Amino acid sequence: MGQERDFYERLERKGVSRRDFMKYCTLLTATMGLSSSFVPKIADVFASPAQRPPVIWLHFGECTGCSEGLLRSMYPFIDELVLEVLSVEYHETIMVAAGHQAEEQLHASVKKYDGKFICVVEGSIPTKYNGGYGKIGGRSFLDIAKEVCPKAAAVISIGTCASFGGIPAAAPNPGGYKGVGDALGIKALNLPGCPPNPINLVGTIVNYLLLGKLPDLDELGRPYFAYGKTIHDQCPRRGHFENEEFVEEFGSEEAALGYCLYNVGCRGPETYNNCPTAKFNDGTSWPVEAGHPCIGCSEPKFWDNFTPFYEEM
Amino acid sequence: MRAVDNAVGVKIPKNARIIRNLLMGAQFQHDHLVHFYHLHALDWVDIVSALKADPKKAAALSDNVSNAKVGGAAYFKQVQQRLQTFVDSGQLGPFANAYWGHSAYKLPPEANLMASAHYIEALRLQSKSARMHAVFGGKNPHPQSLVVGGVTCVKDLSPDRIAEFLYLTKETQEFIKNVYIPDLLAVASFYKDWGAIGGTTNFMAWGEFPQNDEEPESLYMPRGVIKNRDVGKVMMADQDKVTEDVTRAWYEDGPALHPYEGETKPVQEDPKYRPGDGKYSWFKAPRYDGEPCEVGPLARVLVAYGKGHKDIKPVVDSVLKQLGVPVTALFSTLGRTAARGIETIAIGDQVQNWTMDLIENLKNGDTSTYEPYEMPDSAMGVGLNDVPRGSLSHYLHIEDGKIRNYQYVVPSTWNLGPRDAKGKLGPVEEALIGTPVADPKQPLEVLRTVHSFDPCVACGVHVIDPDSNQVYKVKAI
Repeated sequence: MGQERDFYERLERKGVSRRDFMKYCTLLTATMGLSSSFVPKIADVFASPAQRPPVIWLHFGECTGCSEGLLRSMYPFIDELVLEVLSVEYHETIMVAAGHQAEEQLHASVKKYDGKFICVVEGSIPTKYNGGYGKIGGRSFLDIAKEVCPKAAAVISIGTCASFGGIPAAAPNPGGYKGVGDALGIKALNLPGCPPNPINLVGTIVNYLLLGKLPDLDELGRPYFAYGKTIHDQCPRRGHFENEEFVEEFGSEEAALGYCLYNVGCRGPETYNNCPTAKFNDGTSWPVEAGHPCIGCSEPKFWDNFTPFYEEM
Repeated sequence: MRAVDNAVGVKIPKNARIIRNLLMGAQFQHDHLVHFYHLHALDWVDIVSALKADPKKAAALSDNVSNAKVGGAAYFKQVQQRLQTFVDSGQLGPFANAYWGHSAYKLPPEANLMASAHYIEALRLQSKSARMHAVFGGKNPHPQSLVVGGVTCVKDLSPDRIAEFLYLTKETQEFIKNVYIPDLLAVASFYKDWGAIGGTTNFMAWGEFPQNDEEPESLYMPRGVIKNRDVGKVMMADQDKVTEDVTRAWYEDGPALHPYEGETKPVQEDPKYRPGDGKYSWFKAPRYDGEPCEVGPLARVLVAYGKGHKDIKPVVDSVLKQLGVPVTALFSTLGRTAARGIETIAIGDQVQNWTMDLIENLKNGDTSTYEPYEMPDSAMGVGLNDVPRGSLSHYLHIEDGKIRNYQYVVPSTWNLGPRDAKGKLGPVEEALIGTPVADPKQPLEVLRTVHSFDPCVACGVHVIDPDSNQVYKVKAI
């Protein structure tokens, strides 16, 4: 309990009240689709982990946007996640070690936590030419993934690239890029999005810490709690769709009134994600709120299937 | 976006120009802060040494050099305890197996504690600062309100949204002025020898932040080229003079081409590192008038300084004076890292001014955010930007209503590109020559220079001992 008190005291000093924190846990619980009785338990996960669960985060064919997304996590803030909640054993962007020291750290942590670590993979994996289009320290992404992923307690593919291949896999895909599940022939948990909302990664990990298992997944490996409904079905502009009130041109009076973006190419009806309810950056906004049609960035092959973006489906 | 705007010949409305500047300005504030603290600081700051600091002395140091909101012995003691608890857990996470205790770390424990505390403060602030993008762009990263012809966030040009943005940029700028810049100067004062290490020769900036429809005349950060470090002679940069060379890059061989004619044909094989005169990089080698050029904060600041920029010049002079180093010290790793801070002050202040311009324009009744256009069957377009990492240009060729060619030359290609057909080194290659390395097995010094460019890539640096031919690989992210 002392640790828990310390935790709340620390939050208070950072200007985050216990009430705010519980509010966040409530939001997280709702996002995960758990009953409200889990709220105090979720707070416990953040307040007093016995041993911080090890995370090994691999970067392959990607832009680091998913990592950047995670850095924007608030309640728990990223410093709490890194220093007090998780043990991020390997993450090329934020780790201090480089070169040999970094590689040593990867091998040492895979060995130390064999079968116990959460492996988060960001980016897709080139499979043509022996995986030759993507290498770290002379080893192909494919080799590294084949060595590390099977030793993990769970593999989480973060972002559309790791989930389904994403932009590197868009036609003509000269390197033969594939999502992690496809490239390795394993069933990975997919958190697509470009980038995905960090709350969905936190929710997935909390589910794992709290219940000892991963959340329920759909046929594409996506957790139902985040990807169970379409953008369209949760969209606050849905009423305008039903009333046939559409934006025909950006910057127009209809756009200023927040009408439906279907006619300027919104892919919300075909895209499964919780953007409208979770929103981004501490609930500040999401693309449709900023007047831009959903481009379906979390769907498989969105770049090939959903373009040209500004034309009606 | 600018390349397509240019190709279709659309002139975007004033509000759209300001919103784009605000999003880009916010990006500078956010990116440079994160780069300094989270991607570069620990090359200079030994976080383990912070455990030995006297919190009272750290508090005195902090009071002396900065106006940080948080401080005092109790605060630094608490940060130190937090770090101690973390170390005692035996799970060092991202700080494991690093270079702690390396002889190239020069800060006293108290300065290390101060910087470590601010590393954590900045980590927290940046997630809040990123909300600036979400206000007018829907989300960060990857804001999504930019379209050809303007912006889509017409609904967000409301008093509450603008106030939210203004509050966030002010809070971020306060941290930049009261914490980032003082920390930068405090750390730099222990590493003045790095004012003679890691320099390059030529510099190029497309410039950024158009203040009206006239480009390049109205760019707040000016356009220009500097050759052979001749800061007194800034020439206009002309995009016609750009070529990309693929002699040493993993693409099919061909002549150096202007990006309008550019080809991207990756080798159809498992690419191997081949010493000698073989190919060794995924980067093409961009050249301006046949010469490699450094791009980024240092190039922008030098161009602005050389042109006597009213905001940049005084800050540069004051930083040089405070550190007691000559102008030539700018051509270095230290100069590059300082330039990043210098431009953040100037640009961050402008973000507030531009927000006021937006309010003024709206008050005057101009609510336009988008200008319709016709997509032509054939057209060419170029878009020149300067983003936080450096000069970025996009080239588009439309034919028969389709994209015939699309090429872009990004900042890290300029900086990290390989040698060309004439054997000329890329800027980072040049910068690394002569870097003192105390222990080749722990090449911390190499990381300092590579990181100072803010590379947007996982790059492989090979440290080779000429006696044993032992190759040490250094991965810098």
